[in-house]
Amino acid sequence: MIEFKGASYSYTGGELLQNMSLKIASGAFYFITGPSGSGKTTFLKMCYGSLIPNTGELRLFGQDVQTLSRDDIAMVRRKIGLVHQDCQFLEHLTVRENIALPLSVSGQERFDDNMNLKELLAWVGLKGRAGAMPAELSGGERQRAALARAIIMSPDIILADEPTGNIDWEMSQRLLQLLIELNKMGKTILLASHDLSLIRLAKSQIQARVLRITNKRIQLAGADL
Amino acid sequence: MSKAGGQITNLISPNWQRDRVVPPTGFTAILTVFTSAVMAFLIVFSLALSIAASRLAGQWGEALALSTTLKISVSSELMDKQVAKALKILRTTPGIESATVLSVSEKRRLLEPWFGPEIPVELLPLPALINIQEDRSGYDAESLRLRLVANVPSAVLDNHKRWRRPLVISGQRLSVLGVFSMLLMTGTSGAMITLAARASMSANAQVISVLRLIGATDTYIASAFMRRFTLRALVGSTIGTASAASIIYLFFNEGQAQPSILTDFGFQSTEWLWLILIPPFFGTFSLLVTWRAAQNVLRGLT
Repeated sequence: MIEFKGASYSYTGGELLQNMSLKIASGAFYFITGPSGSGKTTFLKMCYGSLIPNTGELRLFGQDVQTLSRDDIAMVRRKIGLVHQDCQFLEHLTVRENIALPLSVSGQERFDDNMNLKELLAWVGLKGRAGAMPAELSGGERQRAALARAIIMSPDIILADEPTGNIDWEMSQRLLQLLIELNKMGKTILLASHDLSLIRLAKSQIQARVLRITNKRIQLAGADL
Repeated sequence: MSKAGGQITNLISPNWQRDRVVPPTGFTAILTVFTSAVMAFLIVFSLALSIAASRLAGQWGEALALSTTLKISVSSELMDKQVAKALKILRTTPGIESATVLSVSEKRRLLEPWFGPEIPVELLPLPALINIQEDRSGYDAESLRLRLVANVPSAVLDNHKRWRRPLVISGQRLSVLGVFSMLLMTGTSGAMITLAARASMSANAQVISVLRLIGATDTYIASAFMRRFTLRALVGSTIGTASAASIIYLFFNEGQAQPSILTDFGFQSTEWLWLILIPPFFGTFSLLVTWRAAQNVLRGLT
């Protein structure tokens, strides 16, 4: 579903990621790790077509990203669930409306009676918070709401960029459990994190792979993690 | 349905949830409503001016084109004889439909705007005036003039062309000026709405960013902004049009005996129907300029 072939990415300040070649296996759980500024977010942005490699090839769901229009990329993103550290919401809409937004974007206007939405809210533990405004949610609740929004369209792959960066350990564990559950349902997970204890916790439960970015290169980490 | 057709349907079809993604408040909301209201208000007045000028030019042109005045200035003893001679000539001239001497009361009405209603017209040494109405074929003015010179030497034939032409031209120019003013106001409205739309989209870059992350196409995002601005333009222009129409109806709608650009300013009968077109026009125009602005802004935002 996501495949890099000799892809490199440079900012105006210089090269950040160099000669990446990897294929994301369907149904796998990946951690992307590395020091701050190593390019974890850049890597994930390429995975959802927000950034395009300067050289090499990147294929998203079989399509060369270089050939895709903005609207084509939007269509690709409907197959990808995104969770960010700062979990952006539309602050003037309720939690329910924010979570259901991907349904509206994809042309499914009515969502009030949508069972998926009700079940989803219950699954992420936000059943009683559906009518709240995003500003009224705690950090952990915001992350769970962001996760609910990411999976409401039942995407094949979920990309999470430091989702536990702003929440406490207990909430991080809870969020990780939700991601593990999704992985067990067959979803592919790419989770960028520099939290080693979180990675160890995940590895104790599932076969998680760790991709480490160091010195502009991405490589599969060994058993040290 | 073609891709373009599908996009247009998406743009104009209502979708309450999509329409809510743009925050409902902000200075651009007030700016758009206010600009549309003011511009629609001014456009109604320009339209009234243009229509009134066009109507008057037409009236003047039509009324004067087929009429001529014969003026006879002689002493009162000779007047009746000279007038009778003139009438005889006029009534036997091919192309003249009628020739009537202006009565004392008609003369009084002519002089009333300058000297008031109490003027003793019958005591004044005024010339006799004969109103000549041509038929559609017209008459030979030169031949008539020669016959009058021979029989009624004091008669002066005035077919009004000397002062009619500049009057009609002025009316037509005023009408064109009104249309030009409307175009300028429409252009200014377009520029203001474009600015407001661009400002709104820049202020809501975060909203656009979120929408893009969840797979919104440019059409979806643009239509959310477009519909919001179109609705505001519709509301504003309706308020402006209704206000201007009320003012014209209340203050400029009294029938006047003497048609002029001041007394005839406004709309008559079916001319009022033009006003119905202004809000939909504003809405459509706003839709187009916002669409263009949205496309430009979205191209610039990654």
